[in-house]
Amino acid sequence: MTFINYASREINCKIVYYGPGLCGKTTNLQYIFDSTAPQAKGKLISLATETDRTLFFDFMPLELGSVRGFKTRFHLYTVPGQVFYDASRKLILKGVDGVVFVADSQEERMDANIESLYNLEENLQAQGYELMNLPYVLQLNKRDLPNVLPVEDLATELQRKGEPVLEAVASTGVGVFDTLKAVAKQVLTELRKS
Amino acid sequence: MHEQQYQQIKAVLAKLCLDASARVVFLVDKDGQQIAAHGDVGDIDTTSLASLAAGNVAATGGMAQLIGEKEFPTLSHEGERESIHICVIGRVLLVVVFDERSSLGLIKLRVKQISNEVAAIIEELTRESGKKRAEDNAFFAEITDDDIDSLFS
Ligand SMILES: Nc1nc2c(ncn2[C@@H]2O[C@H](COP(=O)(O)OP(=O)(O)O)[C@@H](O)[C@H]2O)c(=O)[nH]1
Ligand SMILES: [Mg+2]
Repeated sequence: MTFINYASREINCKIVYYGPGLCGKTTNLQYIFDSTAPQAKGKLISLATETDRTLFFDFMPLELGSVRGFKTRFHLYTVPGQVFYDASRKLILKGVDGVVFVADSQEERMDANIESLYNLEENLQAQGYELMNLPYVLQLNKRDLPNVLPVEDLATELQRKGEPVLEAVASTGVGVFDTLKAVAKQVLTELRKS
Repeated sequence: MHEQQYQQIKAVLAKLCLDASARVVFLVDKDGQQIAAHGDVGDIDTTSLASLAAGNVAATGGMAQLIGEKEFPTLSHEGERESIHICVIGRVLLVVVFDERSSLGLIKLRVKQISNEVAAIIEELTRESGKKRAEDNAFFAEITDDDIDSLFS
């Protein structure tokens, strides 16, 4: 839930990066963290296992600048992708303002993408949200790999509601900020509409 | 939340901080957004602490439900020198950081004594949220596409 603090003149929004295990969610945040000026960001907190798999969430606060004198601060979260962490994923969706679904473009990960997308819809509903009404972006990641499916095929299978579809190579930063912009814009536009 | 309520909350936190001999006291939304803080914040990353406190409460709340409890109303983590006590008050969390100048017993007592006051302020905030929403809407209706674009330039 967007939290507007009139006293400190801040707008706080929560964005969650969702998707199957190893699709590149943490890599998105890491890239944003590495390429943001120190004064605009807080720490990147990663609650990860010893083998660097996300255990609970990654978290990073990011300041984008001001709108009409209000500082806009985006709280970026990732969820753990593995199926057995479902309880944690549900918790992280609480109070979400916008979702980025990071799909793994590799052919052999198609089933995992679909399963994760269903899981997102279910878990959103469990928290009282509808994907259809939520600021939402589809990122097709790992476009640099040789075994990727064509964008059209992925979009046909994974696009839910005419949401923006962005190609990305999170490991080198391609499409990472465009994805963030696309979802942040929707979140702010949503505030205006409500 | 408006200046007056903010000052009211700050005053309550200041009182708690003093009475409990705490290092820092935070009020945090259950979604992980910091509402207010008081005390010797020093180099504590308060944004991250707020997010992790909310994650902590969410995780233990999830465990509570699995064993048939509604939630665990308080959580305490005692370190060698620094400790944290978290109390769930409706939709907010009162987070107290303390060291050897205080004790868990004193912290718990003072938090308990003040929790009604915090609850009352939060209730008022919630009651007013309808009115506030109208105000928010007026504010956001004025945001233009250019305002939004300028954030990303
Ligand atoms: N080739 C390639 N590898 C990527 C890309 N994005 C992420 N990776 C790699 O995929 C692995 C899993 O990424 P991670 O961000 O941990 O996945 P998460 O489980 O979704 O958080 C890591 O080894 C990344 O370096 C990409 O666009 N291209
Ligand atoms: Mg991860």
